[in-house]
Amino acid sequence: MIHSLFLINPSGDIFLEKHWKSVVSRSVCDYFLEAKEKALEPEDVPPVIHTPHHYLISIYRDKLFFLSIIQTEVPPLFVIEFLHRIAEMIQDYFGECSETVVKDNMVMVYELLEEMLDNGFPLATESNILKEMIRPPTILRSVVNTLTGTSNVGDTLPTGQLSTIPWRRAGVKYTNNEAYFDVVEEIDAILDQSGTTVFAEIQGVVEACVKLSGMPDLTLSFMNPRLLDDVSFHPCVRYKRWESERVLSFIPPDGNFTLMTYHVNAQNLVAIPVYVKQSISFFESGSGGRLDVTVGPKQTMGKTVEGVMVTVHMPKTILSVNLTATQGSYIYDNGTKLLVWDIGKLNPQKLPNLRGSLSLQAGAPKPEENPSLNIDLKIQQLAISGLKVNRLDMFGEKYKPFKGVKYITKAGKFQVRT
Amino acid sequence: MTDSKYFTTTKKGEIFELKAELNSDKKEKKKEAVKKVIASMTVGKDVSALFPDVVNCMQTDNLELKKLVYLYLMNYAKSQPDMAIMAVNTFVKDCEDPNPLIRALAVRTMGCIRVDKITEYLCEPLRKCLKDEDPYVRKTAAVCVAKLHDINAQLVEDQGFLDTLKDLISDSNPMVVANAVAALSEIAESHPNSNLLDLNPQSINKLLTALNECTEWGQIFILDCLANYTPRDDRESQSICERVTPRLSHANSAVVLSAVKVLMKFMEMLPKDLDYYGTLLKKLAPPLVTLLSAEPELQYVALRNINLIVQKRPEILKHEMKVFFVKYNDPIYVKLEKLDIMIRLASQANIAQVLAELKEYATEVDVDFVRKAVRAIGRCAIKVEQSAERCVSTLLDLIQTKVNYVVQEAIVVIKDIFRKYPNKYESVIATLCENLDSLDEPEARAAMIWIVGEYAERIDNADELLESFLEGFHDESTQVQLQLLTAIVKLFLKKPTETQELVQQVLSLATQDSDNPDLRDRGYIYWRLLSTDPVAAKEVVLAEKPLISEETDLIEPTLLEELICHIGTLASVYHKPPSAFVEGSRGVMHKRLPARTGSGEGTESPDVVNAAAGSAPEAAPSIIPSQGDLLGDLLNLDLAPSTNTVPPPTTSGMQMGGMDFLGGGLDSLLGGDIVGSPAMGAGFGVAPAVMPASLNAPVGGGLGDLFDLGGGVGMPMGAYIPPKTVWLPAMKAKGLEISGTFARRAGVIQMELVLTNKAMSVMTDFAIQFNRNSFGLAPAGPLQVLTPLGPNQTIEVSLPLSTVGPVMKMDPLNNLQVAVKNNIDVFYFSCQYPISMLFVEDGKMERQVFLATWKDIPNDNESQFQIKDCHLNSDAASNKLQGSNIFTIAKRTVEGQDMLYMSIKLSNGIWVLAELKVQAGNPNYTISLKCRAPEVSQCVFQCYEAVLKN
Repeated sequence: MIHSLFLINPSGDIFLEKHWKSVVSRSVCDYFLEAKEKALEPEDVPPVIHTPHHYLISIYRDKLFFLSIIQTEVPPLFVIEFLHRIAEMIQDYFGECSETVVKDNMVMVYELLEEMLDNGFPLATESNILKEMIRPPTILRSVVNTLTGTSNVGDTLPTGQLSTIPWRRAGVKYTNNEAYFDVVEEIDAILDQSGTTVFAEIQGVVEACVKLSGMPDLTLSFMNPRLLDDVSFHPCVRYKRWESERVLSFIPPDGNFTLMTYHVNAQNLVAIPVYVKQSISFFESGSGGRLDVTVGPKQTMGKTVEGVMVTVHMPKTILSVNLTATQGSYIYDNGTKLLVWDIGKLNPQKLPNLRGSLSLQAGAPKPEENPSLNIDLKIQQLAISGLKVNRLDMFGEKYKPFKGVKYITKAGKFQVRT
Repeated sequence: MTDSKYFTTTKKGEIFELKAELNSDKKEKKKEAVKKVIASMTVGKDVSALFPDVVNCMQTDNLELKKLVYLYLMNYAKSQPDMAIMAVNTFVKDCEDPNPLIRALAVRTMGCIRVDKITEYLCEPLRKCLKDEDPYVRKTAAVCVAKLHDINAQLVEDQGFLDTLKDLISDSNPMVVANAVAALSEIAESHPNSNLLDLNPQSINKLLTALNECTEWGQIFILDCLANYTPRDDRESQSICERVTPRLSHANSAVVLSAVKVLMKFMEMLPKDLDYYGTLLKKLAPPLVTLLSAEPELQYVALRNINLIVQKRPEILKHEMKVFFVKYNDPIYVKLEKLDIMIRLASQANIAQVLAELKEYATEVDVDFVRKAVRAIGRCAIKVEQSAERCVSTLLDLIQTKVNYVVQEAIVVIKDIFRKYPNKYESVIATLCENLDSLDEPEARAAMIWIVGEYAERIDNADELLESFLEGFHDESTQVQLQLLTAIVKLFLKKPTETQELVQQVLSLATQDSDNPDLRDRGYIYWRLLSTDPVAAKEVVLAEKPLISEETDLIEPTLLEELICHIGTLASVYHKPPSAFVEGSRGVMHKRLPARTGSGEGTESPDVVNAAAGSAPEAAPSIIPSQGDLLGDLLNLDLAPSTNTVPPPTTSGMQMGGMDFLGGGLDSLLGGDIVGSPAMGAGFGVAPAVMPASLNAPVGGGLGDLFDLGGGVGMPMGAYIPPKTVWLPAMKAKGLEISGTFARRAGVIQMELVLTNKAMSVMTDFAIQFNRNSFGLAPAGPLQVLTPLGPNQTIEVSLPLSTVGPVMKMDPLNNLQVAVKNNIDVFYFSCQYPISMLFVEDGKMERQVFLATWKDIPNDNESQFQIKDCHLNSDAASNKLQGSNIFTIAKRTVEGQDMLYMSIKLSNGIWVLAELKVQAGNPNYTISLKCRAPEVSQCVFQCYEAVLKN
């Protein structure tokens, strides 16, 4: 099981270590740091490394490495999932996950880690339970604590810990009972030069924010559940009911949680909301090149496309660009070789265009590779797959909750090849 | 107010200051001080000097302070064992506390203090906590047993905690069950034979119930545990699958993958025509695809596993090619894995798409990725014949880019394409030759040299080209030197007049100026071959090459089966069995997939069923031996293994098998000379008359074979080969008489046949086939009768056999029904083979494993036999038996009676354990055999008798 954890920043400093069994010398991280040196980007460090006596399994998240030390055969996915859970926990408690935040809350992070794992076995990873055991810091509470001498650590057993619904604590009370659901869809797509779709799929997620008193039992149904054939659920969802009736029936956790993620990859169902006309060419002589990009709306279901942004990874030898944008503004960062064109709202009457010349380093040959374009966009009040919530019913409690559903479509990994 | 304040130091020195604060009367100050200590500890500062002061703070009713002190204790108790004793009293008291949280905390912390003296005091509180009324305490205590076992295994066993832990599997609370399973699995890992997780239908049912109700982590433990169970029949298997399937929709990817493992394994038992089987196959694809939209680290592990799944059951993901397309911002480790799977999924239906993608990738920035993409294009050409032409033209386009590493990679793959489609694309040779100078990597140089040698007659200046390589002969890598040697010999045989000087030069460079034994040996072989019989040399060197197989880099089927049982584990990431890399894994049990059974066959003993599955993969694909393998190199003589045949289950066995049909030829060419060179001797050890001694070499990889030779020579006996008997008299077969025997040579089972034509007409077109049999014996190649058999002619043929054929239980067990066909008719006969030829070379069991297994097998399975009139002493007997892969593990002498303990492993994985009693002066031996499949005992006994008396 998980033996030890080290948190390492991008420059290679270890700023937290936690051991759940015997203490492992931090020199074991040298193998990892060596691999990190070899990788071009921090993202490229291999997640599983074999050393003579240990396995190092790591994730890179929020610009931090979470490195766990393993001594026995353990499912690596289990470890990786758990490391992500730690990052989420830090985010959840302190609002962000960064080196500063961890250092500022060192003791509490340490206490939390101790609660999350015992002897390498996960103990309490549900945020509801953790928060009952160790209360998250608030300014008010720290004042009260100093005045009264009480502490942040709960001294009763969290109620959810052993029940069959570990995700919910008992005795939840709200004056305003509300349940909000956000249907968020991200389009992952690869388009080729001519604009033909090489690959497209939708990653959907239903995020919930449920603040309801007592033990509500909810049923969420969709207008068109047939769309969903590849789903993963929060443990609270009753799978049997989904199988037989295609409805989501569940007793929700308290607060924010991910109810369901889904996946639509039938090509005909994935609408591509924008098209991109582009030409990026370099002169044979190698002195420079030209760039001309136009973005326009395609299948938008009558909605406006907002937050459009085009990112181009320029070849290393590009020194500077001289472009004009008919809409929005562009920045070229010579260090990262990233050209970012922030367009904003897409106006079908007047298509935004960016064109101009590229100049290369003196003497550099014509670049070999073709730069790829990355597109960002947002469409409010639309789930591009067409998924629609039908209704939400509540059982088990008497009050009338306030309910709301929001839809949003975004670009995920949306790239255009040139 | 943040914790960074804990790091400020003052002039007097941090430790001093903290000490004073820890001993303060004020609670609040104490707590702050302990927090400072912990903060220092977390960043790796040594604050162990404060041990007594911190421990003094332990007696408190403030839970936060208590927890903090516990944190400190766990970290430093080991370095201060005497001081740690001070804490024991508080722990014992806390275990009686009315608050379950405190009880649990105490037992949990105590287990983390790895000090022997403390563990003694832990036993009583732990026993109580394991039976606590509160499930939270019980589940914590369950984990504590695992902790304690890690510190002092003996203590845990003596105190009976393991039994208590087993009882917890039936606990009413699912979390307790999950933790008990997790603890037992961890303990079992260090005791592979302890039978801790003795699963039966009742306990399985309990686990499945708990599976629905416990946390996501608990589900992982339970699923991994389920995967070790072997259901009794297909119905049980199906019902488990049905109850596990909902886990595929879990948000936690580790749960999903563990569920996939259980399903992949149990599916093996379901009849393929079952509707449910198809439903299940369909259900597996979406969750695997979903894993690929997760974080890149998760994707990586998922992809490594998908790679295995695709090899085992390509049908699951055959329509999902697109999800493996590479995005440019994927991390490199994800890109490389995706590429691998794309090639595996490539088929005629999707090849156009795949090629377009690969061409796109070949222009990317990352060198490793580009290389692999180019290589992938070549593999597509070999795999999908229709695409070959497009692949070649794509490769030529890429060569035109003149990017150095692209060109080299392209040449390496074009070589393979030439071998797969001879006489089709040779027109591109001219383009290749233009790039000769830019090649600086050994693999590319070797490939180019091979091309020049192979097509020497079409390249006008082949001799000049090769000569130019020869100039720097000594600086080349071995790979290039060997290739150059072969290429020049080929050139000489094609254009003998112009190249005599060149060939002499290279032969002398190889044999006289080189220190490399492989190179020298190959040089000598060619030299003698050329000087004894140039015609034969031509036949051997320029022989028709077997085509290379479609699939490369496939994992060898038995390993694949094992890895499928390890889906989701580190083994699946490394594609190696756990025994190959898990530290301290003493005799890790090799896992096997269960067999497909109809419920009617339930009467067969489970082991036979098991074994049958192990040896019945569907359509075993062949494998190209990896480069750098010594044997592979020797075989590179261009007489390389025939890859179109069904290989025997082990790699090295296969290489030998490939060698075999040359055996006769080379043997007669080289006569006794071959013995002079040990390396060569082993490589050609198949030549029956020459080196029987080398045949004891265990199967274990080419190198092992070579080096074991030294030991092998000392052994007096080879494997026992029964004398030839007449199987098919001429009367019954229109003049064809077949006699023969069976032998096992260097891990390869051979059927040695003597065919005599007693008819008046010529016989041709021989072929052979076996009926299904108990051990899945099947011909590993066609019957090699090259010339027509004239009247009164006799030919000796040896036919390599594999054990991956279809299985059916025969009576007697070792009965084999054979059909032989020739131009006249088809003839049937049956014969019995000595079971000893199924005894594999790695049949030596570890002593401890032997002891445990012996105890483990029920006494009902033991059978005793007498061997009469045998006049060997125990050592000689043991030696003789070892020749037939019956390994003596231990010898004990009790009152003048020698007891030999032996182990045998059959090719299908059945182990047979034996105890042989030899009394000095008494010619009658007593032998007891124990095996999980007692049916084989009789046959094994017959072998003992045969081996010892011959």
